[in-house]
Amino acid sequence: MLNSILPLLVDGLANAALIFFVAVGLTLVFSVLRILNVAHGSFYSIGAYGAASLGLWLVSVGANPWLSYPALLVSAALVAALFGPTIERLLVRWTYGKGEAIQILVTFGLFLILEDLQRMVFGVQSLYQDTPMTLLGVTMVGGVVYLNYQILLIVLALIVLIGLRLLIKRTRMGRLLAAVVADREVSEAMGINTDRIFMLAFSIGVFLAALGGALATPTTGVAPGLGAETMVLAFAVAAIGGLGQIEGAAIAAVIVATAKVLAVYFVPALDSVAPYLVMLAVLMVRPQGLFGVAETRRV
Amino acid sequence: MTRLLPLITAIAVLTLLLLPVVLPWSQFIITIAIAKGFAALGVALLLRGGLISIGHAMYFAIGAYVTAFMMKSDMLGDLALLLLGSTLVATLVGLIVGSFLVRFRAIFFAMLNLAVSMVLFALFSKLYGLTGGTDGMRVSVPAIFGNVLDKAAFDGVLYYVCIALLVIVGFLVRAYFKSPLGYGLKAIHTNEVRLEYLGVSAYSITLIAYTISAALAGLGGAMAALSIGHVLPEYAYWTESGHLVLTAVLGGIGGVAGPFIGSVFLEAVHTFAVDFAADAWNMILGATLLLVIFFVPRGLFGLFEGKPAKRASADEETGDTPNTAIEGGAK
Repeated sequence: MLNSILPLLVDGLANAALIFFVAVGLTLVFSVLRILNVAHGSFYSIGAYGAASLGLWLVSVGANPWLSYPALLVSAALVAALFGPTIERLLVRWTYGKGEAIQILVTFGLFLILEDLQRMVFGVQSLYQDTPMTLLGVTMVGGVVYLNYQILLIVLALIVLIGLRLLIKRTRMGRLLAAVVADREVSEAMGINTDRIFMLAFSIGVFLAALGGALATPTTGVAPGLGAETMVLAFAVAAIGGLGQIEGAAIAAVIVATAKVLAVYFVPALDSVAPYLVMLAVLMVRPQGLFGVAETRRV
Repeated sequence: MTRLLPLITAIAVLTLLLLPVVLPWSQFIITIAIAKGFAALGVALLLRGGLISIGHAMYFAIGAYVTAFMMKSDMLGDLALLLLGSTLVATLVGLIVGSFLVRFRAIFFAMLNLAVSMVLFALFSKLYGLTGGTDGMRVSVPAIFGNVLDKAAFDGVLYYVCIALLVIVGFLVRAYFKSPLGYGLKAIHTNEVRLEYLGVSAYSITLIAYTISAALAGLGGAMAALSIGHVLPEYAYWTESGHLVLTAVLGGIGGVAGPFIGSVFLEAVHTFAVDFAADAWNMILGATLLLVIFFVPRGLFGLFEGKPAKRASADEETGDTPNTAIEGGAK
């Protein structure tokens, strides 16, 4: 019995880990900037393209294969450094305090631009670079094969979850973030440079999305359309957990991944429907999400 | 503007009627533009109430698929029946889905529409036996009141039917905008709570608007299916819904003509862009969207309307409140 469930569990959790990276970035950006970034999924695919390209380049120059792990991290950091501050300052900043319709549209415009940018830079063929996965090998437990890389993903997701929590609760920067989330005007009056906080939060969001993409390349590769696909999944997870809830995103990611695994197991035709059905079911009952705080409608 | 409206409409319709005679290749483009324009009009209608839906492509897809299904059965393959049936089904689905969704506002409304449309997209692409999966379904040439035509002749008739519907439905929607229901919808945007205090049900006003918008998108989907001759699950994908919002905002949500202007403009530019910048089409689209939002918030249609400064006196005549820009307003 355990032998048939455990592989499903590991598979599901590894999936959950990948979705979690993107969704938690989306939710973090939303909680600080109050913006639903429709282009968030694009950072995932750009991170994936970056990691695959960097990995393939390392192979081509004959570098030590163990360098492929830092390469994943470096490419995510590069994407964040390249896109985070510039996009926040040049584009997203103009939509603060505007209606949701405008924010969604502006980021949708950004999504369209980034889609073609990827096509121009990386072409339309799919990239695949699995050195980080093959290098770690597999573990045999009770006659069942587990990919060590999947276990690494789960551990990394936990580290990010705990890290974010510590960052917000224990560091000065985290306190500043929390203050800006609670009340922007008062924070500004107290001398907090809210512009910088916003830029930082947005960049962390981009980094998390790019990291998710980079970590996904060894298992799934990257192809055009990945950004759009990831976007809706991240939406679903962030919404189920409650927009702005970090732990909520983690639990929602597990729920969605479980639903997907169960669907694959019992009704294979419905595997891609599962996340949205869960989202609908949750939002119809609790529109603010499982862990979200209900906001009273203002007059 | 009001006095000039019949004249401008007449000129526009006349141009559309004569265009295929002068430029035969424009017929298909304009048919598709009108089809998508109907869906964009549906989205624009909701935007007037401050509601943004990133799922409305589902009603476009429903209209298209119902047409495809009706064509498969032998008895229902008549143009009038197809348009009517597709619109009816989309309206019904809109009414049912809407009865759940119109309680929500802002991001939640947008996301729930997105979720429903993605469920539909997944079903269209997965239920291979029924919908042909990702290959989609072929739509053969239907009869017109029992007369069987070849594809070219049918496309000609379809073009003029689309224009006739554009005029008829256009004036109906305009009448809706100027009715108490239409004003109520705008009030949802400005101040919903006050509306409730006046004894008006915000729920029924938004539900009616949502149902109408679904009907418009369904009609557009049926037209597109008939013109292209093929339907695909991608019609329901969320990026398509995004494109509809884009079209509506580009054209302007201030009046009925806006989404159609946006749609014709986009299709025309697209046709030229594929020749020299096929890879950059989305980029052009995205950049245009950003420019329009930041610099022409009232859309292309707004350019024809004249300066906002003069609008205070014109409002009573046109029935448009100044708030026709795509502006959610700060909370």
